[in-house]
Amino acid sequence: MLRLARKRWLVRAFRKRRELQAVSDRTAQIAPDQILLYSTFRNERIRLPFFLNYYRDLGVNHFLMVDNGSDDGGREYLATQPDVSLWTTNHSYKRARFGVDWLNWLQFKYGHDHWCLVVDPDEFFVYPFCDTRPLRALTDWLDASSIKSFSAMLLDMYPKGPFDAQPYHEGQDPFEIAQWFDSGNYTIQRNKKYGNLWIQGGPRARMFFADLPERAPALNKIPLVKWHRSYAFSSSTHMLLPRGLNQVYDEWGGEKASGVLLHAKFLDTFARKAEEEMERKQHYANSHEYRAYRLAMAKEPDLWCKWSEKYINWRQLEILGLMSKGNWA
Amino acid sequence: MLCHTALDRAALVARHWATHDCPVVIHVDKRVKRKAYDGLLQALADLPNVRFSGRHACEWGTWGIVAATQEAATIMLRQFPQVRHVYLSSGSCLPLRPVAELVRYLDERPRTDFIESVTTEDVGWTIGGLDVERFTLRFPFSWRKQRRLFDGYVRLQRRLRFKRRVPAGIVPHLGSQWWCLTRQTLSAILDSPEREEIDRYFRRVWIPDESYFQTLVRQVSAQVESRSLTLSKFDFQGKPHIFYDDHLQILRRSDCFVARKIWPHADRLYATFLSDDPGNQPAAEPNPGKIDRLFARAVERRTKGRAGLYMQSRQPNENWENGRTAAPYSVFEGFSDLFDNFEIWLGKATGTRVHGHLFAPDRVHFAGGDSVYNGAMSESPEMRDYNPKSFLTNLIWNTRGERQCFQFGPADNQALNQFIAGDSNAQISVISGAWAIPLFHSNRNFGDIRREAALLQKVEADYLAVLRSSWVKARVRIWTLAEFVENPMEPLQTIVDEISPRSLRRLTEAPRLADLTGFGQFLQNLRNQGMQPVLMGDFPTSGALPSGNARRGRPYLVK
Repeated sequence: MLRLARKRWLVRAFRKRRELQAVSDRTAQIAPDQILLYSTFRNERIRLPFFLNYYRDLGVNHFLMVDNGSDDGGREYLATQPDVSLWTTNHSYKRARFGVDWLNWLQFKYGHDHWCLVVDPDEFFVYPFCDTRPLRALTDWLDASSIKSFSAMLLDMYPKGPFDAQPYHEGQDPFEIAQWFDSGNYTIQRNKKYGNLWIQGGPRARMFFADLPERAPALNKIPLVKWHRSYAFSSSTHMLLPRGLNQVYDEWGGEKASGVLLHAKFLDTFARKAEEEMERKQHYANSHEYRAYRLAMAKEPDLWCKWSEKYINWRQLEILGLMSKGNWA
Repeated sequence: MLCHTALDRAALVARHWATHDCPVVIHVDKRVKRKAYDGLLQALADLPNVRFSGRHACEWGTWGIVAATQEAATIMLRQFPQVRHVYLSSGSCLPLRPVAELVRYLDERPRTDFIESVTTEDVGWTIGGLDVERFTLRFPFSWRKQRRLFDGYVRLQRRLRFKRRVPAGIVPHLGSQWWCLTRQTLSAILDSPEREEIDRYFRRVWIPDESYFQTLVRQVSAQVESRSLTLSKFDFQGKPHIFYDDHLQILRRSDCFVARKIWPHADRLYATFLSDDPGNQPAAEPNPGKIDRLFARAVERRTKGRAGLYMQSRQPNENWENGRTAAPYSVFEGFSDLFDNFEIWLGKATGTRVHGHLFAPDRVHFAGGDSVYNGAMSESPEMRDYNPKSFLTNLIWNTRGERQCFQFGPADNQALNQFIAGDSNAQISVISGAWAIPLFHSNRNFGDIRREAALLQKVEADYLAVLRSSWVKARVRIWTLAEFVENPMEPLQTIVDEISPRSLRRLTEAPRLADLTGFGQFLQNLRNQGMQPVLMGDFPTSGALPSGNARRGRPYLVK
């Protein structure tokens, strides 16, 4: 059954390839063994410079980006970047399964036998020793350990006070503003069919979904995969097929190595984004999530509480049990 | 020096040895591409004391590595007659101390062979359960590429009780592949008259590079120091730990001569240790203790993990948790019904965090009435009931270092009864039937009270049945209400002592008992209405109860 599902996603990705139009195709530069980053975006111009630099510093070699009809100059900006290959489309984000089909196609075509990192422009990958070891050290270690996929849970970061109190400016580290996170209110369930974990919680569940917790957004992600052309993401980067790749957790008491995706969603840009997304109606589950945000936004929410934790570094996240070094020392 | 990847780094290290007057013979795996190999030849062409030996394919666990070692060692002994000690290293090894110090160290021990060599009975580190069997079975299949055949054939041989004959005079020893042997020992092994027969035998031994020299050295050496001069640690899968730039300080302090294996892009390590700063440290013995501990901790984290932690990369199956929760905690059922302000009293007596009914239907009653708690946990009952297990394990994990106590009762969410009963961290104290006291005090129609009482009694009876199961791991104490009321101080003292064993104070102040005047009659009324209250124990219908004392408003003292 799952094999069929996987084939279906791949066929779908193949069909959707026609929706993508190359703006600047620099994929000829990709050398074997290079680390690739995949992302889709829409109107994220202000975030892009810091995003690119963050991942360049980690050691990403090439960016493969899909622009979904931006009109804020983001496309033009990326087209000039020497290590970015850019495609654009005006087709439906929703009908491309929230961009997954597009990226599945690009991964099928360019990602085979590469370590591929799939993140949104507001997600920042943190892994054990990321302050002293480049991403290549991690992927080399994963290769040596015969590990093909690496988990990084989404951690929502937020500022103290209203979102728009401190405006974000281009090139700025968003975590100078959104410094806080929830350290220990996450719920975990196992998805028997796909073998992945389903993690919910954090400030979004606490503030926007307190009476409907089952509707709270999923936070489990598997963004880093040694890609094979037969693989397919089936629902964003929350799970992928074949299902063995979802087995990023240990079931016998031990801890596997894992990281965190710091989520810089809650900046002053958020209110505008929520409005825009509501109008486009292009998000998951009839944009239920954005509807909840809009309702709450009217009340000028403050996600901060006295138990919020201020972000320091990955070691802090390790001690809090949000990520693990596993047996990487 | 055996190399197969990162030849640029191997060249760097080979140059370091060679320019410090140590001749080097390099073996490059046959599977390395011609172009890369030529590059290495070029890079070292200017050095007169570097040689290259014939190339063998070195698949892990097979004979090729031993053959390569033999050939390279032969060249070394023949072409450099001044050499006294031969050090076997790899392309990813890195000298940590000045070469001169190693030379001096070996000069002081001219007859010593440094090679880890342990009898098969004594090794605890073999991975996959093959130790003696490495020598007595046959291994024609590749472990890497034909794992199923490999495992199947091992199983088959075990079932057939097949055993290879070990050649006479050979006592199997195992040990690290990286050794440092004297010319005498090495030449005795290589020029042995029986070498052909021995080689034929070892060709079919599993992972001969960890046993060939380790076994033969016992026959020829006068002085074996059973340890490797190379610092090399293996993780639980049997692959070597890798060193990175951030290990610089710990490597430096280890005082080991050579470390393996170094990440090829660890620029700072290569730059630091291959530079010629005369680090005039005192001639210390190698002391890898700190690194041992670092890696031992890593393996433990990977195999056992942190107790009570549930997260994205640790989701243990039931009974594999190594502790369902992170720390001890206490559950009190009935106490807050029987005593006024029990929570405040308990907090004072034990110095712990005392919550109300965490699993109450209206909301989560955190200590002090907080709406958010440690770890930003929400008071929303929907969120708690959505995943009660995550709720409890999160709470205990978030508050590590501070003992948590909470109230529980039959009106609360019962979903975790089995989980808590099976948790050795839980201390559960129950006064059965105490739930009737608030009913007794309530101003409700008796019909409602009766219905409610029947329901609560049923729920509590089920809970007590769980607590009395044979598999329970929690520390469980159960009293009936009648028993408890008769003598409340002794059980309270026991519980408090268990929670804070160090204080060992006598309780001077008892919590105040609720007013029980007429309670016996209340129970009788329930009986008269056809409901049978059993969990309270034997309450006399008349009001002759010690609880009557409490009404006087004066807590009694225990001397």
